[in-house]
Amino acid sequence: MQDFFDIDSALSEEERAVRESVRQFVDERVIPVIGDCYVEGRFPREIIPGLAELGVFGANLPEEYGCAGLNNVAYGLIMQELERGDSGIRSFASVQGALVMYPIFAFGSEEQKKHYLPKMASGEIIGCFGLTEPDFGSNPSGMITMAKEQSDGSWVLNGAKMWITNGSQANVAVVWAKTNGDKSDKSIRGFVVPTNTKGFSAKDQKGKLSLRASDTSELVMQDVHLPATALLPKSGGLKSPLMCLTQARYGISWGVIGAAMACYEEALAYSTSRVMFDKPIGGFQIQQQRLAIMLTEIVKAQLVSLHLGRLKDLGTFTPQQVSFAKRNNCDIATDVAREARRLLGANGILAEYASMRHMANLESVYTYEGTHDIHTLILGQAVTGLSAFN
Amino acid sequence: MKIAVCIKRVPDMETRFKIAASGKAVDETGLKYDMSDFDGYAVETALQLNEKQGPGETVVISLGPDVVQEQLRKALSMGADRAVQLKADRVPVDGLAIARALAAELEGGGYDLILFGRQAVDSANATVGPMTAELLDLPCATAVSTLDIANGRATARRELEGAAEIVEFPLPAIVTVDEGMPRARYPSLKGIMAAKKKPLEVKPAQLGEERLTLEKMELPPERAAGRIVGEGPGAVPDLVRLLHTEAKVL
Repeated sequence: MQDFFDIDSALSEEERAVRESVRQFVDERVIPVIGDCYVEGRFPREIIPGLAELGVFGANLPEEYGCAGLNNVAYGLIMQELERGDSGIRSFASVQGALVMYPIFAFGSEEQKKHYLPKMASGEIIGCFGLTEPDFGSNPSGMITMAKEQSDGSWVLNGAKMWITNGSQANVAVVWAKTNGDKSDKSIRGFVVPTNTKGFSAKDQKGKLSLRASDTSELVMQDVHLPATALLPKSGGLKSPLMCLTQARYGISWGVIGAAMACYEEALAYSTSRVMFDKPIGGFQIQQQRLAIMLTEIVKAQLVSLHLGRLKDLGTFTPQQVSFAKRNNCDIATDVAREARRLLGANGILAEYASMRHMANLESVYTYEGTHDIHTLILGQAVTGLSAFN
Repeated sequence: MKIAVCIKRVPDMETRFKIAASGKAVDETGLKYDMSDFDGYAVETALQLNEKQGPGETVVISLGPDVVQEQLRKALSMGADRAVQLKADRVPVDGLAIARALAAELEGGGYDLILFGRQAVDSANATVGPMTAELLDLPCATAVSTLDIANGRATARRELEGAAEIVEFPLPAIVTVDEGMPRARYPSLKGIMAAKKKPLEVKPAQLGEERLTLEKMELPPERAAGRIVGEGPGAVPDLVRLLHTEAKVL
């Protein structure tokens, strides 16, 4: 879309080059197939090697582990472009990079990093992240999944996880569990669980009306025996998985801008070509207002994420700022998508157009990784010093 | 092999162009630029030849103001080894002026092969490659769709209207590349990071005299709106008659 505020001038040449390369890939390899995938309820696995070759998985992690070593703004732009294709594609990359590679990088042993990260960057190993449980979504500290250490240092894992992106196709799951019967969230540790371990099973969650081009699964762990080396040694307490979510939410704040951009572009193109009452509908005030609001909100969201990315690169960003960006950007993106769909009239309900697909996807993105409401409370707590959670 | 690829920065051809106030150039406001498509095939061809045939060097060259460094760096991020910008305030309209500058740079460079795109997608002259070949006294195969190289000789296929031609020539040579050759790869993110560390040399372009100048640019006339002749099989005779007598396409 048109760079109305010349935001490109605030990007480096490399950052723009990264965006252009991913943009071209998405235009040529994702957008032509994604509408059908969505209708069929199928994640396009065939694009994984291409995404890996491009280097999008864990792109902000260091080169010594086979990653691209990009800064966080370039990483954000990748997320934006992927979600311009579909939230399911961006979700796949977010989970692989921010929720599986990142915890292995941040909390793993050197052996775990050397073993997993290069193979995950190359797409040879696909990962999923198990935190949410059927009865514990917004309140992960209540989780009941439990790992028990055996006398020889190995572990036995029991529990269930739900709403797990990539769950059915993952080779490895980062599973968060309380340990040794301690019910406080301080006992939470992370485990790297090969999904072919006996007692581990994943089941597709059926009947989704959103993120249809994405795998969402339920994980069940029944007496899953794990060697001592499965533990992420530097993980400790609920803070560890929340650090992963901060990474992923940062990427989401960028990603949803991409979905909004796709809807805006589609609506703008339609408004100038669709003729009603003898002139393009873009010539009517009500559609111009729609477009003006969409444009304004997208530009504001871009500026928020860009500044957040710069702060993240400086190392001074806070989780509350990430909540701010995730909350605002998901909110405006859902609005932009809905308004675009409406501008498209009856055509807007067809899979041939992208807006309704994005609109339905964004309801998930609005809800996952900290719902809009929870991020509101995080901001409320940040400014008042008073917690409204309990 | 030591391969040079000459590339041009061009506007995105899917843009709806406007003519600048001077009447002699395209209005550049809001335009996006990329490497000319055929030049992308040429870079890819060079990279694949060197990947297949073992150690070599791929050098990309572009003539123009500093903004062409963006396209040179794209070629570096695809995998080219080094880049040369022949600095000029603007890209001349006269292909011979450009060819002289390129020939001055390429001469004595020890290149086994010099590749160009078949034509720049914006100006569509298809002159600079053959002119450079002439200036360097090298064999030149244009609009090539396949290229095989063995023992210092090249065999190339050229697609013609309704036929194909196979030509053979010794290296060094100049080849202009058409569709059919491999499409440009996506610059990988690692490649983009690596490109920052690769050499990009800037030299003044030794342009020849520019004898061809652009006097005026015009947009094609607006297409007239379509007309519905009628509906159903009954309308066919009228439609055929109008296509014959009015549109003159039958």
